[in-house]
Amino acid sequence: MSKKKDAAKIIFESEKDVPIMPMSLGSMLFNKTGSWRNIRPEIRTADCIRCGICWKFCPDMSILVEEELPVVDYDFCKGCGICAEECPVKCIEMAEERK
Amino acid sequence: MSQEKKMKLTLPVEEYVGSGNLACQGCGANLALRYILKALGPKTVLCIPACCWAVIDGPFPHSCMSVSIYHCAFETAASTATGVKAGLDMLGDTDMNVVSWAGDGGTLDIGIQALSGAAERNDDIIYVCYDNEAYMNTGIQRSSATPKGAWTTTTPVKFPKVESKKDIDAIMAAHRIPYQATASIAYPEDLYKKMLKAKNIKGTRFFHIFAPCPTGWKSRPEDAVKLARMAVQNCLFPLYEIEHGENLALNIKIQNKKPIDDYLKLQGRFRHLKPADIQSMQEEVDRNWNRILKKAQGC
Ligand SMILES: Cc1ncc(C[n+]2csc(CCOP(=O)(O)OP(=O)(O)O)c2C)c(N)n1
Ligand code: SF4
Ligand code: SF4
Ligand SMILES: [Mg+2]
Repeated sequence: MSKKKDAAKIIFESEKDVPIMPMSLGSMLFNKTGSWRNIRPEIRTADCIRCGICWKFCPDMSILVEEELPVVDYDFCKGCGICAEECPVKCIEMAEERK
Repeated sequence: MSQEKKMKLTLPVEEYVGSGNLACQGCGANLALRYILKALGPKTVLCIPACCWAVIDGPFPHSCMSVSIYHCAFETAASTATGVKAGLDMLGDTDMNVVSWAGDGGTLDIGIQALSGAAERNDDIIYVCYDNEAYMNTGIQRSSATPKGAWTTTTPVKFPKVESKKDIDAIMAAHRIPYQATASIAYPEDLYKKMLKAKNIKGTRFFHIFAPCPTGWKSRPEDAVKLARMAVQNCLFPLYEIEHGENLALNIKIQNKKPIDDYLKLQGRFRHLKPADIQSMQEEVDRNWNRILKKAQGC
């Protein structure tokens, strides 16, 4: 849901723009954590049994469900490998990151 | 596989923790908060003291969360929540979940006084401690939740931690609060169910959540969920709930209890342990487990 929030990074032009109370004004979506990755999960959807376990255990909300199948959000996936480790039919493989 | 088959989603799809956050790869604490908020929903305020989560959320003026959070001083997770709750009550907003979300250091060590005070007054807050068994945010120093024998930067291999992990759950049970539970990121449905239950109880509710930290435990990020599961299966971190300090109920029944060896082997922080050390750790796990079993039988 929060992925629909504004993804722009907020930069204050002058001191006057800074709110008196330090409060959050924007999301973290400007921070594309996909760049942290050195291995990337690749899902062989043909073998997927749609158990939802990869979705459930992704700490970064980076397994999306599209047309009843898991899809990796490479903008934010940090490459932890939990999805591949937990997949009961081992249809997720951690491959070397491509440039 | 038929095209119509639905993805099996065992938890609500709403997310209140957003991507782009600053948690390490495979952070258990990140998963823990994701699950909790699925149960508590948008009408929630988190009071977060100094801990990894104070950083994970993101730097001002950004936040990865879509619920309100209040950053507070290290020792004040519980007292801040008490104050926020009192303020909301004054405004007539009585159905907001006011939650303290603190690490093990902020709970078992420096925050225990404020927590004990809130529990004694039975303040209407949910206190959640995510336990990664050390002060991770400041670079892996031992806390009173660090297990005996574990490596940290302040308990190096030559001077290992000789004290056992503090039993915060027994301490909280002694406060006779209406509800308390242990939970694990490896059992999200159990955690979710217990948080829903707690949401509808009035008074102080306490959760102790086992949250592996790959960075501090020197373990592989992909093993975070597996380690949490092993800790439940080998009875190192049993899952149970307690009401009013008594009536302990086990949530996950253990059929064949595993030895702790495999769990220890996956973590660099235990690499230096000798067979005799592991033996004595195993004995301690067994003693604690027998104590829990006795309480579960009401003895
Ligand atoms: C009064 C005070 N003392 C020390 C600190 C420094 N400090 C910030 S976070 C932290 C460790 C927190 O450990 P824990 O509560 O276990 O959370 P974790 O970082 O492991 O998530 C410390 C010591 C502080 N912010 N305030
Ligand atoms: S590798 Fe980790 S962050 Fe990436 S999709 Fe899998 S579980 Fe999520
Ligand atoms: S140091 Fe540990 S607890 Fe802190 S963000 Fe990293 S993995 Fe999570
Ligand atoms: Mg900690």
